[in-house]
Amino acid sequence: MTRTKTIRTDYLARVEGEGGMTVRMRDGEVTDVKLRIYEPPRFFEGFLRGRDFREAPDITARICGICPVAYQMSSCLAMESLAGVEVDGQLRALRRLLYCGEWIESHTLHVFMLHAPDFLGAASAVELAQTNPELVETALRLKKIGNEVMRVVGGREVHPINVRVGGWYSTPSRAALDALVPDLEWALEASLEAVRVAAGLDFPELEQDYLFVALDADGEYPIDRGSALVTSAGTAFPVPAFLDHVVEEHVEHSNALHARLDGQTYLVGPLARYAIHRELLSPLARAAADEAGLEPVVRNPFRSIVVRTVELVHACEEALRLIRAYEQPAEPALEVVPRAGTGHGASEAPRGVLYHRYRLDDDGAILDAKIVPPTSQNQRMIEADVRAFVTAHATLPDDELRLRCEQAIRNYDPCISCATHFLRLEVDRG
Amino acid sequence: MTRKPTLAVWKFSSCDGCQLSLLDCEDELLAVAGAVEIAYFLEASSAVARGPYDLSLVEGSITTPHDAERIHQVRRVSKTLVSIGACATTGGIQALRSAHRLGDLVSAVYARPEYISTLRTSTAIADHVPVDFELQGCPIAKAQLLEVVGALLAGRRANVPTYSVCVECKRAGVPCVLVSRGLPCLGPATQAGCGALCPSYGRGCFGCFGPKEQASDVEAPSLASAFGR
Repeated sequence: MTRTKTIRTDYLARVEGEGGMTVRMRDGEVTDVKLRIYEPPRFFEGFLRGRDFREAPDITARICGICPVAYQMSSCLAMESLAGVEVDGQLRALRRLLYCGEWIESHTLHVFMLHAPDFLGAASAVELAQTNPELVETALRLKKIGNEVMRVVGGREVHPINVRVGGWYSTPSRAALDALVPDLEWALEASLEAVRVAAGLDFPELEQDYLFVALDADGEYPIDRGSALVTSAGTAFPVPAFLDHVVEEHVEHSNALHARLDGQTYLVGPLARYAIHRELLSPLARAAADEAGLEPVVRNPFRSIVVRTVELVHACEEALRLIRAYEQPAEPALEVVPRAGTGHGASEAPRGVLYHRYRLDDDGAILDAKIVPPTSQNQRMIEADVRAFVTAHATLPDDELRLRCEQAIRNYDPCISCATHFLRLEVDRG
Repeated sequence: MTRKPTLAVWKFSSCDGCQLSLLDCEDELLAVAGAVEIAYFLEASSAVARGPYDLSLVEGSITTPHDAERIHQVRRVSKTLVSIGACATTGGIQALRSAHRLGDLVSAVYARPEYISTLRTSTAIADHVPVDFELQGCPIAKAQLLEVVGALLAGRRANVPTYSVCVECKRAGVPCVLVSRGLPCLGPATQAGCGALCPSYGRGCFGCFGPKEQASDVEAPSLASAFGR
């Protein structure tokens, strides 16, 4: 007799945006895994058409309230590259600092408030506050410090207003940044402790043979920009060639478009950055990874929470370094004169590579826009992880299996709000 | 002991930023969590309590036939319903779709348009169901959110100003960027709430907090067209 069963979560909790999951099994074999996305489409690429190139950072920031800086940076880089302008020196240092603030805020949110409850058997950080009050208080303060960096540099934490194509509307004084130092020093210590706590969690067993992809930032750990993409298979290509390699496909079993790189399923985000650029981590971040016993390449996706805490250390240490070397620039922005053509930009959102491409006319009006967010790129890999996990742990009770599958999805810190100008909706026309 | 009031947070078409503003209340979050039972907040918790809920915060706009139905269910299980953010109170940035042909938009983004189920419009929650309070902002201001939640739970009227950003500039001593620098600025027609953020960074207001209460229908467009934007 054939035995079939379905494990289903209608509304995934503790992710950004709205999605669900279905796993179908027959006789203990996984027959189908779907990460279902029903977040409504918002058509950003569509209504960007006709808008002025200078509007792209403020408009695309609204794609995601969790990682608006990523959108602002990738769009600015695309416009600047087309105009032949490179924002460098202290103007660029401020961008990296703002981005560090977003990494601190976003990684803290995910590690402590969205992901840790899975490991510690709680429904939420609020519930966790009953059993682990110190952990939650640390998380709230860390998150607040990331937000404070974004407030001082960007004006506010959700949809910063100070970023513009070419640089900034105004730059902070040295004193304003110095005031962040005591908090960031505390954050650095708290992050180091977070690595220890995360490393001590119990991790479900799963080893995957990933193809990792991250930006190459010319000798720096990639955050705010990158000139090329590199893979763990040793291949590389410049950012403008992104769409020559990354192809979005419609897969029969899913309603979502999936990205493949040269035909292969791949992974972007902390695990990929760490595997490819471990040597470029800040000294304390690298030492913390060593102390935590983190191997050079982490193939258990559940341990991504540890890698995120290592990146948290890196973001705090890097923010401190940038502040100490800061000198307020004479002018807040470089002039950017638009010209007709196509510009490309990419940065490392907390969840992975975020690619933007814009085609402009002579007046700087946007003719078309293409945005490839990290969650779309990871979607095939998320499904592959869930499939592998269920295959290896088919004997677990249903409830446990469902919780672990949800946890496996949360390993990627998926941002469904980001992904929905890209992902296909499930439409029941029945 | 009296039962704690229940709080639910709902999402429609949006960026999640306004819900995040609740989690961004780092100093107040645990106090809020102590004062109310967070009964439904998927972004933060996998525990879901059944309704009805005393207070529902609704983020996002209505853009699909399914959501146009779902908002009625949310209204039915909510004693008090507050729409939060520009998407929920005005239709949000995705309402820019109305300036385009829907077919063009769908095919600009999706390879197989026939699978996309969407409305021509992106509309505010109040266009679909009665709303007890509309909190404007893209994103909303945390202090205003806490004020609204506190006021509604205490049964008093929320103290959220309805004057323009200009008042905030004057109070903060920020020189008028429109007068002194000739920068296009929507401040005169935009509701306060941001704390005169853009002008204090040397930038004209671009209207995150939406029209002020008594903004005339022509004020903002004429301000904008005066600057050729």
